[in-house]
This record gives sequence, structure tokens and C-alpha cells, in this order.
Amino acid sequence: MAYLKSLRARFLRRTQTELELEDELQSHIQMRAGELQRIGLTQKEAQRRARLEFGSPERFKEECRETIAGNLIDTLVQDTRFSLRMFRKSPGFTAVVVLTMALGIGATTAVFSVIDATLLHSLPYRHPNQLVQIVDDLPGVGARDVGISVPEWNDLQNSGIFEYVSPIGGGDVNLTGSSQPARIAFLNVPPNYFALLGVQPELGHSFNPEDKTPGFTLEVLISDGLWRRAFGADAQILGKSLRLDNDLYRIIGVMPPNFHDPLRTARQRNTELWAASGFSAPPAPDPVRNLRFLTEAIGRLKTGLTIAEAQSRLDALVAALQKQFPADYPAKSRWAIRLIPLKDSVLGNVHDSLIFLFGAVGLVLLIGCVNVANLLLARANARAREMAIRRALGGSRRRLAQQLLTESVLLSLIGGTAGLVILFGAKDFLLRLVPESLPQLNAISISWSVLLFAFLVSLLAGGIFGLAPALQGRRPNLASMLKLEGRGSTSSKEQGRTRRLLVISEFALSLILMISAGLLLRSFYDLLNVRPGFEPHHTIAVRTWLPVPNDPKTDIYGSPAQEAPLLREILRRAKTFAGIDEAAVGNVAAVPLAHDRNNLNPFPLIVEGHETPRDQAPVVYSSVVTPEYFHLMQIPLLRGRSFADSDDDQAPPVVTINEEMAKTFWPDGNSIGQRIKLPVAGVPGAFAWNTIIGVVANVRTESLAQASAPQFYFSAYQRRPRDLAIFLRGRFDRATIEAKLREQVQSIDRELPVFGAQTLDDAVSESLTQRRFSMEMVGLFALIALLLAAIGIYGVISYIVSERTHEFGIRLALGAERKNILRIVLRSGLRLAIAGAAIGLVVAVAVSRFMATFLFGVPAIDLLTFTGVTLLFITVALVACYLPALRATKVDPIVALRDL
Amino acid sequence: MNDEAELLPGTLDLLILKAVSLGPLHGYAVLSRIEQISGRTLFVEQGALYPALFRLVRQGLLKTEWGKSENNRRAKFYELTAAGRKRLREETDGWNRLVAAITSALSAKPQQA
Repeated sequence: MAYLKSLRARFLRRTQTELELEDELQSHIQMRAGELQRIGLTQKEAQRRARLEFGSPERFKEECRETIAGNLIDTLVQDTRFSLRMFRKSPGFTAVVVLTMALGIGATTAVFSVIDATLLHSLPYRHPNQLVQIVDDLPGVGARDVGISVPEWNDLQNSGIFEYVSPIGGGDVNLTGSSQPARIAFLNVPPNYFALLGVQPELGHSFNPEDKTPGFTLEVLISDGLWRRAFGADAQILGKSLRLDNDLYRIIGVMPPNFHDPLRTARQRNTELWAASGFSAPPAPDPVRNLRFLTEAIGRLKTGLTIAEAQSRLDALVAALQKQFPADYPAKSRWAIRLIPLKDSVLGNVHDSLIFLFGAVGLVLLIGCVNVANLLLARANARAREMAIRRALGGSRRRLAQQLLTESVLLSLIGGTAGLVILFGAKDFLLRLVPESLPQLNAISISWSVLLFAFLVSLLAGGIFGLAPALQGRRPNLASMLKLEGRGSTSSKEQGRTRRLLVISEFALSLILMISAGLLLRSFYDLLNVRPGFEPHHTIAVRTWLPVPNDPKTDIYGSPAQEAPLLREILRRAKTFAGIDEAAVGNVAAVPLAHDRNNLNPFPLIVEGHETPRDQAPVVYSSVVTPEYFHLMQIPLLRGRSFADSDDDQAPPVVTINEEMAKTFWPDGNSIGQRIKLPVAGVPGAFAWNTIIGVVANVRTESLAQASAPQFYFSAYQRRPRDLAIFLRGRFDRATIEAKLREQVQSIDRELPVFGAQTLDDAVSESLTQRRFSMEMVGLFALIALLLAAIGIYGVISYIVSERTHEFGIRLALGAERKNILRIVLRSGLRLAIAGAAIGLVVAVAVSRFMATFLFGVPAIDLLTFTGVTLLFITVALVACYLPALRATKVDPIVALRDL
Repeated sequence: MNDEAELLPGTLDLLILKAVSLGPLHGYAVLSRIEQISGRTLFVEQGALYPALFRLVRQGLLKTEWGKSENNRRAKFYELTAAGRKRLREETDGWNRLVAAITSALSAKPQQA
């Protein structure tokens, strides 16, 4: 900046300078002419001679101008040209440096591009900072995020705090009418949803935010993907109808392809259809204050309101409502509403993992820099004579340092460019590595900000690794430098020390990475060995969905008695498949590790004899299964009996509970025969007492890392599950099983979609993708770091060996044994490695504390990992030292001494 | 022509500093002084002097002032700054070392193998 300023100032003064220059040159010529005249030339002749001797004034003026204005730029161009010439002269060195930097900068930029797309960008909606997630908690009964009820929603709407409030429901819906019934993800939103987000469809219009229809408005918006896939991108799509779960809807708009809902899971973000409803008429239940069936809600704060202000006004509103409706909000449950910035809730815990990854990749880059600095130092040594000569010929120290720095930065920039080129080439491959569960608010791409980042990082890296040699060049002793012939090793003490320090720090840095990777690897290994409580091998779950029409009277699966025949028929047919040993049906919640929060079906636990009010009761989760389920999944029955085929709507309602639930609520062990109060399926508002008939072992349903929560199972014939999963165990062909099952299911009811076949092995593996991603990335970085450190120590030991060749020669001549020489060299390498490892260990202990959240079953300071990695490390260091050490023992004493 | 030595690159600056160190001079006089103190063996291309002068001024080694020449002509006078004096000392030392080193290198006799 300062330079630009002075440049401008010089341009303004330019005319003045120019005139003076002209004056000065003219005056010179006149003086010369005067002198020539004095020695006898005619005036005319003297003038001519003076001009001739002077040469072209314009040329010199130009040279002066260059000195004045273009100095920095000129020298930069000159240095660059010179540097490029140097690179061409030592292609091996250049290649190593460029490759190292390409790796480091490329990897750092790749991680940054993910961070750029997620953390750094704001949500792609209008004034995203005004958007919040609204969460209801009942801390008094230990329940969080319990959802909101329709009256509460209305209260929030009218509170004056929000411009809009939108509950979001949804799931899957059957799209029929085309050749094959399709299962699509849809969201049920109020008409104000798109006005709240501030986004417009690419075709047509969105819902009217003032629409007060209590039930479904029968208007839908579809995604660009669905429009292209199911409707062939029909430009006349607006106003056409489609059939969803038996009801006809009118398409009023098509959303742009880059629109994603601000929700957490990949499935939710890939919504294909939006239907508007007021949530106050069937199929929604009656709008009762304490029926919190709206599981998620977002809001847009009124302009100018901060989240803190809104929260304090909301707290006041909550207090007033509690006073007004004491029956609905018992003091004991301590009902409260929390506002979370929408971005935070969308990103979830991704923030920490990404920062962690970024730190790891930054370390790799730093290690790369240290390595290159080491290489440059070695080369500076070889170039010492060149530098001395240039100093002798008038190059100032600053000028030479500038030249060295230009070289470094140029190397780094070339490396960075190479890294970007690799990144561009490997883009598709790398994007596939990114877990689908990562919320991509914006598409990950190599954007301008990513390019800028790569450029700045290259500059910085070049500056860092160029500093060492530039500083080293401070004090070359000209005379001694020039006197030395051939042997380039001078002022080596200081340089040797710097290089050793660099290697030690390189080792320390890579050890930190190795230990982090080791801890992640162990966590992952432990997770893989967790007993999930079910047997995932040879088991597959295929999904189907029974449509829910808006009018309950047209629902052909409206009661357990209506649905049971379908389930029994599906089971009967599935068991006839060749190779299939067992079949069972459940709802999606019964598929372990594969469901999102919406499928969990929480119920307040009300135990006969200790009846607590509904909203003060602890919450337990449930799933629905047929009797075959427990045997098929190999979940052992611990006490009581399992379900029987006869547990249908004619029999008294029964449930089985898991061990955790038995232990938590009946610690004395007599849970069997107890009764709990649960809503009756298909009869709104009705409740019945369900008898606990058995206790089964725990299953890790949420994630392998989480111990089981209290959970119970319904008998499928007593409920009417809509989101079905058909479980098959045996030998099946993964590729054709879904089609085979579809054929059978659709021959029973041709409106039913059959989709989402997933083996339970895959479900287990997919539940680990994010952890696997972190582990693989950090592992990869750690390997690179180890490799770089090995190269670094190899370089330094080689240098030490070449430096001490004469000494070794003398030792050998005096009778030293070769293995002694080997030991000397190895020992100096080992010293470096141990010093680096010691520092690295201390730092790793501090760093690993921050890793606790990423670990599973492994203490942050895990002795096995720490010692194992350190040993591996020192072994690698010794191997890297062995080659130069071997060379040291091959020194020919005669040659070594003659060179002295 | 034969007794004129070719100017080594980089040495012009040193010569200018030396010439000016004996008192403020204008451009033409700098040339004459260099010829004079080098025993008329070193000749500088007249125009080439000015870019060098400019450079030294920019490096803060010389300062300038407009004044009158001996025959009353308006002329720009160059004078050493403190930094220039220091630089002259350093460069002189460096040069002497270089010459010594090169001289000793050139006077080395072929070694008996």
C-alpha cells in the first residue's frame, strides 16, 4: 500500500523530475562542448562532438526513469526470471520442492473448500442471520426438543417477535400415476415457509403466506430434480395435478436446483416436494395445546431484533402462557423455548470436525514447509560461493535476500498452482470421499475465495520456508568464501544447528499428527468391534410405505385389523423366496442405525399405579415389529415371552421392553406384567393399558457409539405402522431382491412402492461414514507427515555424513571399524528423533484433550497409542538414517584424506 | 586505447562514491574526477553516469542540490550522505578483499600431484 502511494506521488512529481533531468543532461553537454571549444574546436563542431560523446539522452533518461518508478516491479521481474533459470538448472530439487508444496497446499485448499462451503458461507436465504430454530424443552422431566403444538405455534406467530414461524413436518409420500409408484421425500410446511426463507421458485409461484386453510391447501411445489425426472422438464407443468398417497394436488411451482431446506440430514435436504397445510385439520390431530406433534420449527425474527432480545421476550411469553394455562404447563416440567441460530443447528457438530481436519492438514503443510526450508538450507550451502561472488560484484545483502525470498515464494506459488491443478483433476474423486451426511449449504467448489486462499497460503508458505535461507545468507564471509574451492561447507556450524532444529520440530509436528490418527484409528477399531446387539450379516431391510389419505374414511389401512392381512401376506410370500430363511416386518424405527430423529416415535411413559401427568412423564422410544423380528435379528429374549401371531387387535395390547428400560424403571426386576398407558392406534384421543410381556436385550439403534436408551416394542398386528421395513435373512441376491419383493408386494397392492433396500451390514458401515472420513483423512495426513519427516531426517543425516567424510576417513585410516562409524551416524540421527518425539509427546498430550469428543472407548491419553506410535516413529527415523550411515562406512580413507 | 581498462560491472557506483567523497560535484565534474583519480585509465560512457547517479540518490547514498558551476552555469551538485560514506567504506573493504583473493588465486602455481 505504502509502495502504491509513493508510486503515485512520484507520478505527480514526474514532470518536475523530468524537467530537471532534461536540464541536467543539457547542462552536461554544454559543459563538455565548452571544454571542447577551449581546446580549439569551433562552436558548431564542439556541440556536435559533445552530443556524439554523450550518446542518446533519451536512452539514459529512460534508464533514470526506471530507477525512479519501476524499481520494485523491475527487480521482481528480474528476480523471477533469474529464479526460473535457477529452477531449470536444478530440476530435481525444484521437482521435490514443488511436489511437497503441491501436496501441502493442495490438501489444505481441499479442506478449506469444504469449510468455505459450510462454515464460512451464510445460509443461502434472505437475511440468514434473522433465521432461528425454535426448540421446546421440558427440562423438568429430562426431555429436550419435544416439538411444539399448534396452539403454541399460533402464540409464537402472534407474539410480535417473529415475522414468520414455520413448523416443518414430513417424511416420505407415495407419488402415483406414473408407470411405477415412486417414493419421494416431502416436507409438510405451512404456506409461509418460502416467504420465511425468502426464496422464490424458478417456475410459477410459491404458497400465499396469508393462506389460512386449516388442512392441506392441495397446492404443491416440486423440486427441479423431480420436475426433470418425473415430468420431463415440462414447461407447461404449472396447474397440472399429481397424486400423493391417493389425494390429488396441483403443482404451482418448481424450486430452483440449488435450493435445499435448512435441515440436518442428507435425506431431509433432498426433499422433492413441498405441500402446504395449516396443521389444524385432518390428517393432523386436533389442535390441543399439549399435543406437540410438530417436531421441528423455524422462525424469522422481526427485523432489528437480535437473538438475545428475542429470547428474553420469548421467556416472558412462556412465563405468561404458563400462568394462563397451568393445566397444560405444570410447573414441574419447566417448559421452555430455546432459539438457536439456524446455521448452528444445521451445521450441528460438523464445525468441530472440520476445524480439527483443518488443523491436521495445516500441520502437514507446516511440516512440508519445514522440509523445504531444510532443502533450501542445504542448497544455500552449495550456493554459498555464488552468493559471495554476487556480493563481491555489488549485490547488497538485502538485494540477495530479496532474490532468495523471491525464489522461495515462486517455488511455493508453482507448488500451489500444481496443487490446484491436481485438485481440479481429482475433484470428482475427492467429492465422493465427502460423507453425504455433511451439510453442504453451498456446493463445494473451487470458488474465487478458495483460489484466493490457495494464493495467500502459497505466499505465506513461501515466506515461511524462504525465511531460513534468506536469514542464513546474512553474513557470508566473502574472503573465506571465495578462497574455498570446491568444498562448499562453510559457516556450517550455525547452519547445521538450524537444520537440526528444523528436523526436530518436523518430527514433533508429525508425531502429533500420528498420535491423533492413532487415537482415531483405535476408536474406529473399537467401534467396529462393539457388539451392536443384533446380527447384521445376511440380513436386508427393504422399505415400503402405506399411503395416508387426507380423509381418514378413505384409508384402507386405517386400523390394525385392516392392515394385519397385508402384513401376513407379505410375510407369507417373502418366506417362499429361495434362500430366504426368515422374514419379519417392522416400522423404520426397527431398522437399527438407519433412521432419522423423526422416526423415533417417542411416548411419555405412564406406569399403572404411579400415574404421572403426560407432560411430566419421562420419554421412551418405540418401534413396531412382527413376532419373527427378535429371532431374525438374533436379539435374545431375557425374561417373559416374545410376541405371538395372536397378539392382534382382538387380544389385549402388549409390549416388550429392552433391558435398559427394565433396569431404569423397574430396578427391582419385576417389570413383566406391569402395564403402561399408550395411545390406541387409529383411534385419536383414545388410550389403553399395555401389558409388558417380555424383556429383550439392548440394541444399539441410534449409533454404535451410543449405549442403548430405554426403548419398547409394539406388536405390529396391534398398531398400524405406515413406514414399513421388510426384514429378510438368508442367502439372497443383493441386486435382484428388491425387484423380487416389489413384484410380490405390488401383486397384493399395486399402489405400494418398494424401495430403499439396505443390508444391515451396510447400515452399520454407513453409520460410521463420518468417523471413517475423519479417520481416513487424518490417517492420510499423518502418513504424509511421517514420509516428510523421514525425508527430512534423511537429508540432515546425509548432510552430516558429507560434512564429516574427512573425519570418518581419518577414523577409518586409524583403524576404526565400519560398524563404529555406523553407530556414530545412527546415534546422531536417533538423538534428533528422540528430541523431536519428546517435544511432540508433550504437545500431543495437550492436543489430545481437545480430541475427546472424536474418540470412542479410548482415553485421550492412551498409553498403547502413545508408545506404539512413538516406537514406530523412531524406527522409521532409524531406517531413514541407515542409508546415509551406510554410505559413511563406505568412505574410502585415501580419497577422503586426499581431498582434505 | 590499450591502456584504458574496462570497467567491471558494479564498480561504477563505487567509483562515483569515491569521486564525490572528496567534495560536492556536478555530473560532468564527477566524470572528470573519475578520469583524474584513475590516472586517466578508466573512462565512463558519459550518459551512463546519470542512471547510476539516480540510483545512488534513490538509495539515499547521495544527496543533491542545485547550484552554479565554475563558469556560472546552473548545475545539480551531488554530495555523499552519512549512509553513502559508510557504504563507501564497506565497499572499499569488500573490494580489497576480492582483489586480494583473486590475486592470490591467480598467482597460485600448478600443484605437484
